[in-house]
Amino acid sequence: MRLLSYFRGEAFQRGIHPPSCKLTAATPIRRMPFAPRLTVPLSQHIGKPPRPIVQVGQEVVRGQPIARTDDWLSVPHHAPATGVVEAIDLRPSARGPWTQSIVIRVHPGATQEDLWGEPRDLSGATPQDILQAVWDTGMVGLGGAAFPSHAKLSVPKQAKVHTLVVNGCECEPYLTCDHRVMVEEADPLIVGIRYAMRATGAVRTIVGVEDNKPDAVAAIQAAIDRARGTTTEGDIFVEAVPTKYPQGSEKMLIMALFGVEVPSGGLPVQLGMVVNNVGTLAALGRLLPSGRGLTERVVTVTGPGVARPGDYRMPLGTPLSFVLEYAGAPADSRQVILGGPMMGQSAATLDVPITKGVSGVLVFKGDDLAHREGLRTFPCIKCGECVESCPMGLNPSQLGMLAAKREYETMGGQYHLGDCFECGCCTYVCPSNIPLVQQFRIAKQVLRERAV
Amino acid sequence: MSPPNGGGMGRTPEGAVPAEGPGVPAGAVLPSPHAHGGASVSRTMGLVMAALAPATLFGFWMFGWPAVHLFMMTLAACVLAEYGCQRLMGRRSSLGDGSAVLTGWLLALSLPPWAPGWIGVLGGAIAIVVGKQVFGGLGQNPFNPAMVARVVLLVSFPVAMTQWVVPVPMGSPGAPDFVHGLQITLAAPPLPDAIASASLLGHAKTELSRGADLAQVLGAAATPPHDWTGLRPGSLGETGALLLLAGGLFLVFAGVIGWHLPAAVLLGLAVPALVGHALAPARFLPADLHLVSGATVLGAFFIATDYVTSPNTTAGQWLFGLGIGVLTWIIRSFGGYPEGMAFAVLLMNALVPAIDRWLRPRILGRDRAGRPLALPGD
Repeated sequence: MRLLSYFRGEAFQRGIHPPSCKLTAATPIRRMPFAPRLTVPLSQHIGKPPRPIVQVGQEVVRGQPIARTDDWLSVPHHAPATGVVEAIDLRPSARGPWTQSIVIRVHPGATQEDLWGEPRDLSGATPQDILQAVWDTGMVGLGGAAFPSHAKLSVPKQAKVHTLVVNGCECEPYLTCDHRVMVEEADPLIVGIRYAMRATGAVRTIVGVEDNKPDAVAAIQAAIDRARGTTTEGDIFVEAVPTKYPQGSEKMLIMALFGVEVPSGGLPVQLGMVVNNVGTLAALGRLLPSGRGLTERVVTVTGPGVARPGDYRMPLGTPLSFVLEYAGAPADSRQVILGGPMMGQSAATLDVPITKGVSGVLVFKGDDLAHREGLRTFPCIKCGECVESCPMGLNPSQLGMLAAKREYETMGGQYHLGDCFECGCCTYVCPSNIPLVQQFRIAKQVLRERAV
Repeated sequence: MSPPNGGGMGRTPEGAVPAEGPGVPAGAVLPSPHAHGGASVSRTMGLVMAALAPATLFGFWMFGWPAVHLFMMTLAACVLAEYGCQRLMGRRSSLGDGSAVLTGWLLALSLPPWAPGWIGVLGGAIAIVVGKQVFGGLGQNPFNPAMVARVVLLVSFPVAMTQWVVPVPMGSPGAPDFVHGLQITLAAPPLPDAIASASLLGHAKTELSRGADLAQVLGAAATPPHDWTGLRPGSLGETGALLLLAGGLFLVFAGVIGWHLPAAVLLGLAVPALVGHALAPARFLPADLHLVSGATVLGAFFIATDYVTSPNTTAGQWLFGLGIGVLTWIIRSFGGYPEGMAFAVLLMNALVPAIDRWLRPRILGRDRAGRPLALPGD
């Protein structure tokens, strides 16, 4: 059933249409074998790191908790492979600083079957029980934000949630991991949605999928039809939204689906909505019934520099160097990006592991890079392309000129820099090739430091 | 490539991280976004020049070699002035962006085609030095450089700037050849009466000041031709109005300029012209003559739309464009000069910073004043 049209508001304003480059959209998800060693950083999510509960030299089985926490804004970690804890010390992280990590030497011949789990009957569980179960899986937002899922699904006392929004936009070029998950794991996705609805009290769910993924829409619709009548928890709809970047931002998706704006500084939950990524809920749908922890995720490995691009289900902690070797990325000069091309982060070293928040590994070749570095930065010619592209309605041109003069206070106060979420549209369209987003990151950092 | 995860094994930093970083370097570390849409300043300038080319070539054919020489000298002056300024300031040359050439091109299109060469040279130098480089170069100038130069020339040398000629197409009898054209441009001999003429707007202004009825003036034999074909006295930008319109529409469809600003300029001029002519046909020129005469089309599509000196929001562009159109009509109808586009553009240029400040887009999740939206139920 198509969603009733009254749910449908205006798509969000402005934004851009970069070439989608979804090379791996039609390739089924494949498993990646274990690397000899897996590195699990304790801090790989928003919030505090958990504390390790294993010792060096200890044998662990895949799925066994290796780090626990009592802090609400933190998550436990689970051993991604059966093996021996070889080290607990500082290792490079994608963000730059070395971070406390648990290194596991994988047993030769270890299988990727989960060996550890605490199956629990959630049929009569209270929302609180479900949140606890979600917390125990160590789940974070798999779309890239890596915000602890149990915290995101918990509704403050004064708020009431009516709608669960499931984000299947995957608006970043190149990335297809959510797309493949929607096509191949629509049934676990529906299971995950049911749990999330029970945890939040939502009476309806809308899965928003960009209309460049009709097979995902069809797969989810089929799964909804199969699940109809099995439970009583309200309706689930899937809705195609016009493809436009950055639709995957929750404010944009809510705008596209409902025509409702989230007030600046506010959260969707204040409007009675909770937004979750499809990958997160599909993984919860698989993990919750068997009480297992998050030990693997689907990652898109793609880009001009990859010989065997694809969506790989890979153990968390797999080193980037292993991923690139397996997918066939030559070692010459190149750029490796964790995430998508618009918001992803350049990796400084291949010794960093795949973490819970990594949705893609994108490899550009040397010649792509030479082209980009050859582009000269011109002064702002005030063409207004950035103003026409900013989904938030900011004036990146003006902000960029203020940044050049280091007038950070004006940027933050008068021009509301804090509303920028660094989607990159302004920089993408800039004919003068000005690194606007980077200037804004610096300005925000300076403002944060001054505020302390 | 070293073995997977081999590079950093068993090594703790202890504050002594190797200079090149640990383990296997991944390659260049650049800030996101890692994709770019491909737009560039030089591509934009190139498209604008391509859009100007047909009208310019048409003008070359109509006014012959003197027009070609004047055009070339104006462009050369702009390029030299740009180069010289940047040498003086010790800055990296930016000739490659094409903006100096474009400034010279637009200025040349607004000059009388047989104007003496020094007019073009002086104008080019003024445009680049006074109009642009003193403010800091590309992107920094508040006023349209070509229009600054045109206004300075018009005010300083009113005779040379209003000496129009009837078209003498290349190859027609009496058309100057290359060398003769060079003599006209360099030595500026007095124009023969046979070809000296007034532009339509100038003629109308003169007749009006004598108290003549415009409706009769337009039908009289002494009035310069003013049809849509462009076979009429005027600047290259005036006579090529239809080709400029085609070029302007090409820029709109190519996404280089928006349609709002040109539409606003044309509307701002046409609406008061329609009303004025309907009320007092003896006093005001009809709207179609306003649209096809003077620098209307050139101004609407190529001069008002200059990125640097126009507002960057759609609402701001409407206000800016309407202002230019209305001011142009007012100056043409009531002012001392027959043509007012350049003055109107400069006047509105001065308002751009204010317009950009007042007409900002509303930020998502905030009201127009910048306050966060209220939550439902608050």
